[in-house]
Amino acid sequence: MTDKLYPIEVEVNGVARSAMVPARVSLVDWLREELLLTGTHVGCEHGICGACSVMLDGEPVRSCLMFAWQADGHRVTTVEGLARPDGSLSILQDSFCDSHALQCGYCTPGMLIAAQGLLYTNPRPTDLQIREAIAGNLCRCTGYQQIVDAVRSAAARLAKEKGQR
Amino acid sequence: MIRPVSDRETDKTSGFRYIGKKRRTKEDPRFVAGRGRFVADVVLPGTKHVALVASPHASARILSINTDAALALPGVRYVLTGEEFCSQTDSLHIGVDAPKVTRYALAKDVVRYAGEWVAAVVADTRAIAEDAAELVEVEYETLAHVIDPEASLASGAHLVHSGHGTNVLFQRKFVWGPVDEAFAKADQRLAFRATWGRSSTVPIETFGVMAKWDSAAGLLDIWASIQMPKYPDQAARALRLPGNAVRVHFDVDVGGSYGLKRGIKHTVLVGYLALKLGVPVRLIEDRLENMRGGDMHGPDRFFDMQLAFDRDGTIRGMKIRAVDDVGAYAGRSPLQLGKPVGAICGPYQIAAIEYEPISVMTNKTPQEAVRGFGQSPTNFAIERAIDRIARHLGMDRIELRRKNLIRKDQFPYLIPSGSSYDSGDYHAVLDKALKAGDYSALVRARDQARSAGRLAGIGLSTCLEPSGGNAAFELLFNPKNETTTWMDSCLVRVDLSGSVTGVMGTSSSGQGHETLISTVIGEVLERDPETIRVVHADSLNALPSNSPVGSRMAIMLGGAAAGAARTIRNTLLAIAAHNFECSPEDLEYRDGNVSIEGAPSKMLTWDQLVEIAHRKIHKMPPGLEPGLQSQFVWGVPTGGGLPTADGRVQMYPCYAFEAHLVYVEIDPETGKPMVKKYVCGHDCGVMITPDIVHGMTYGGIAHGIGAALYEKFAYTEGGQLASGTFMDYLIPSAMEVPDIRIVDHCTPSPLTTFGQKGSGEAGYLGAPAAVANAINDALDPIGASIDTLPISHLALWEAIAAAPNRQD
Amino acid sequence: MKSATFEYIRAGSTAEACEALKQEGDSIKLIAGGQSLIPMMAMRLVRPAWLLDINEVSALKFITTSDDGHRNAVRIGACTRQSVVERDKALAERVPLLRQALGYVGHVQTRNRGTIGGSIAHADPCAELPLAAQILGASMILRSSSATRTVPAETFFAGPMTTATGADECLEEVRWPVWDERRTGSAFTEISTRHGDFAMVSAGAQIALGDDGRCVRASFGLGGVGQTPLAFPRLAQRLVGTQLEDEAVRSAAEDAAAESDPGSDLFATAAYRRHLARVLTARVIRAACEQARSKA
Repeated sequence: MTDKLYPIEVEVNGVARSAMVPARVSLVDWLREELLLTGTHVGCEHGICGACSVMLDGEPVRSCLMFAWQADGHRVTTVEGLARPDGSLSILQDSFCDSHALQCGYCTPGMLIAAQGLLYTNPRPTDLQIREAIAGNLCRCTGYQQIVDAVRSAAARLAKEKGQR
Repeated sequence: MIRPVSDRETDKTSGFRYIGKKRRTKEDPRFVAGRGRFVADVVLPGTKHVALVASPHASARILSINTDAALALPGVRYVLTGEEFCSQTDSLHIGVDAPKVTRYALAKDVVRYAGEWVAAVVADTRAIAEDAAELVEVEYETLAHVIDPEASLASGAHLVHSGHGTNVLFQRKFVWGPVDEAFAKADQRLAFRATWGRSSTVPIETFGVMAKWDSAAGLLDIWASIQMPKYPDQAARALRLPGNAVRVHFDVDVGGSYGLKRGIKHTVLVGYLALKLGVPVRLIEDRLENMRGGDMHGPDRFFDMQLAFDRDGTIRGMKIRAVDDVGAYAGRSPLQLGKPVGAICGPYQIAAIEYEPISVMTNKTPQEAVRGFGQSPTNFAIERAIDRIARHLGMDRIELRRKNLIRKDQFPYLIPSGSSYDSGDYHAVLDKALKAGDYSALVRARDQARSAGRLAGIGLSTCLEPSGGNAAFELLFNPKNETTTWMDSCLVRVDLSGSVTGVMGTSSSGQGHETLISTVIGEVLERDPETIRVVHADSLNALPSNSPVGSRMAIMLGGAAAGAARTIRNTLLAIAAHNFECSPEDLEYRDGNVSIEGAPSKMLTWDQLVEIAHRKIHKMPPGLEPGLQSQFVWGVPTGGGLPTADGRVQMYPCYAFEAHLVYVEIDPETGKPMVKKYVCGHDCGVMITPDIVHGMTYGGIAHGIGAALYEKFAYTEGGQLASGTFMDYLIPSAMEVPDIRIVDHCTPSPLTTFGQKGSGEAGYLGAPAAVANAINDALDPIGASIDTLPISHLALWEAIAAAPNRQD
Repeated sequence: MKSATFEYIRAGSTAEACEALKQEGDSIKLIAGGQSLIPMMAMRLVRPAWLLDINEVSALKFITTSDDGHRNAVRIGACTRQSVVERDKALAERVPLLRQALGYVGHVQTRNRGTIGGSIAHADPCAELPLAAQILGASMILRSSSATRTVPAETFFAGPMTTATGADECLEEVRWPVWDERRTGSAFTEISTRHGDFAMVSAGAQIALGDDGRCVRASFGLGGVGQTPLAFPRLAQRLVGTQLEDEAVRSAAEDAAAESDPGSDLFATAAYRRHLARVLTARVIRAACEQARSKA
């Protein structure tokens, strides 16, 4: 029952990575165990909690609902890749800190991915749109209130920054 | 956007420099960068992985276990069964006096619930361990089982632990005050049953533990997702190791706990395997293991309530019979019936109370400590009682509450069961919540919705959050236990560079302890908290702690940090006094610099004083230790007492108060409920970091909405867990939780360093009650009511369909 | 929760996929978005020896809203992501019910990965897309290495997680009929405990009105109340010619509920589902009718 290995090439956070993976290894397990990108978390492994959310080609997906080889030839962004090019926190990440939009930090990376995905496609979301966008990410600490506050505030800050440019 | 409002009149924080101010937390940046360090992130070379073989039966005898096929699989290192494990380790600690109810991580001879672990497979990868777990052949002979707690109490019931002789773990009838007289003399009486469904905190991170044995050093290192008092000690005991042979690394971030993460059985199992195999071993529960066999379910309880009251609304007496189904093993869970003794009358003046807690076992997954440690279910029962009395008397619910709430001028207030409430202004907080929620507008909205044919209701609850956790309920429920000490501690160190470090001795699961300690030390030493580092020592380096249970850390860790910082400050004053040849009373301390009062030029700066303490013993006062560090161990204020013969004892020292106001609408055709408005008035004394307090309160409310409407560990009659995945155990999402408004009030506690009270369980303690009351208010016009949580869509529809005054 | 071991094949084209299906037969499982399949594999409820991945077959990803010889149909490639369909404005105008149903499917993350064909081929009787296909009478284009055939929804859905797809066939395309009546309205709704969960009961309807306000065409259906998503062509036909008065709608809803065959589970009894079937059917017919009436 030894697993056969398959070659893959994936761009992860802007870096080309190649590896040999067994077919059954999920994308999240590969990111965490092989690339040691432990920012992405495992919560349920059956596609409900959203803790493992990453961007695949710029769109949020659940990395427990993909096998690593399915990312072959694609672009993956994890929470470690959300920072600005100089390594400082992005506006969204900074807004999470400012609104204290987290407590234990376990759902946070997935929440940031979901929120970032929303802001890419909808720069001025309503509260309801924010709630809908993060509804696939369960949080047990915050009751979501300060997360909604943070995303709203990030949207406003991003709009202001864009206006200044 | 609605922000919490602060009450300026009574806001004691105005005198503080850092406490109570809007400041970013120390912890958040690392988490948003994806740089938290959770147990599954800890990497040790050569680590082996555990998967578990679980019982498919609720109750069965194990006839044989064949591990040959599993062991033959490439990559499998070991298969451990209960036969070996139970002979080489000791039973886990049990909260009540029930020595025959032994408990091990692996079953031996008998399984007592579906999901109980029967064997542990160790392999090179988790996937291979799962492959091998499927190959372990266990032969069972099924036995009778009992799932319903009332059936479990009946004579002739199947005994979950035959050696114990009964399924009852604890039962006692407490009578505090003239109960018979109250019931005899009252104008009216009322009885009903309130049922709290089996739910839990269900953190998004499952439990995980990794252990590594160093045979040369004789030291077992443990990394775990843990929030548990006396964890290192209990692990060492069960593993038959000296306490100093176990080192627990408390610098592991815990991905949510809310009281729950007490994987002692996992730890002993993994510790044993690490010792046995000589390699690092880890067990990260998957969600299926976590839900069925992780032993993390919460209270599963019904209350038979009896109330005696007068026509004017005066509540004379209350009788509570509380039956709690703890599942198949004991642990600490029976004690969750004990904590509510400390607030058994809620925030009300009820002079006569009878309380009969009954802890019963069934063939279900064992129960663990859940946010509030049994107080939220009790608050739910009491608050349903208050609303039912109001309805019975045709009295306004708010008026009834106002009439019975303890008044501001009555504190400290001694309740019949022996606890003294420290402080509060319940009427003011209730009024604030009503004002913030625009109660009269809400009533108009409800009435309009009703006249449009919808079901609409307003719910209120006024509840207490006992805080500052001690162990008094242990003594009450187990006379052999005399633990009256329940300390916490902090070490503050100023290094040669003048930098300040605070050291704590437990792990954190989102409470922001690093922010708490740095804020408190900064406040006392008048140094910027941004510059203060806080570290979590391991258990061999740490000072004693009882972990962040019982809403205690703001009080206990905050108090300890303040105590240690004060000693540092006094040391600096003593050094300055010695060098200026004056009395410390003549000195002024500002920003860490010390000068002679009235002569600011005569000053020794922080740097100079630190330099003296570290390097210049010739400038130190005689008898003072060189270096600059201080530890402070603080006991729970008001703690230390033993219970009286009739079971009166001071439980927790501080009592926070919350007044919830909820508006719900229910689709009368489908039964679908919608929480449309939520306001919570909250008084936890002085808030050290308001964002953290508000965050925990929001989260507690969301969790409470879950317990009220969505979450349940349901069992089939055959004893199978029917909601063992996230597809059927329904944690509310951002679409189910409404926008929540918190209104702050501040009545400082006279017992604590800064007037703070605890808040870690805030929101959850009143939300289920308020939501249940709102639903019942909505059902009232059609003559229906529901006193069983969670109130599912189905339950609502069935109640509506059967309602006497239903309008079609 | 790690899948049992398996091997995978990545298909470069539909033909390659069909060839692999022909070779491996029952031991191979097609994976598109995998949003239902992978959890079942993680729980080891499903353990295929081979996974055949069609995610990289670009020929299976398209939306054709123009009339290119397929009169009155929108063609969607089976591997088109649900989120792509959701964002397609032209499609939303031509097959509005599909867009409405998609709003209830999972969450952003699952719609970014999940495909139209994957959900339909999975044929969960509670799922929204199979119901939309059933109501609209969509056609499934099934291709094997030797032939291509078209199967209408009414025969495609054969039972819970069971379809007419042969072991050697691959769902290639779904054709969604476009109603060309100017006054067409549609509506979709469901009751689930939480937002994004599978529905206890879901319902959809599409109604076309004549200039005189009479119903000229109608279709409606229910999910979660039978072995497959259910459409009620006979009951729908009864609405044609009426003004969709309350009585007509009520009796259609009652009869649909009576004809449904719901089961019981943790969250809903059969009685509750049947009740919801009646309530939701009436609601979607009324809502679709309202929308049609608003188009003067």
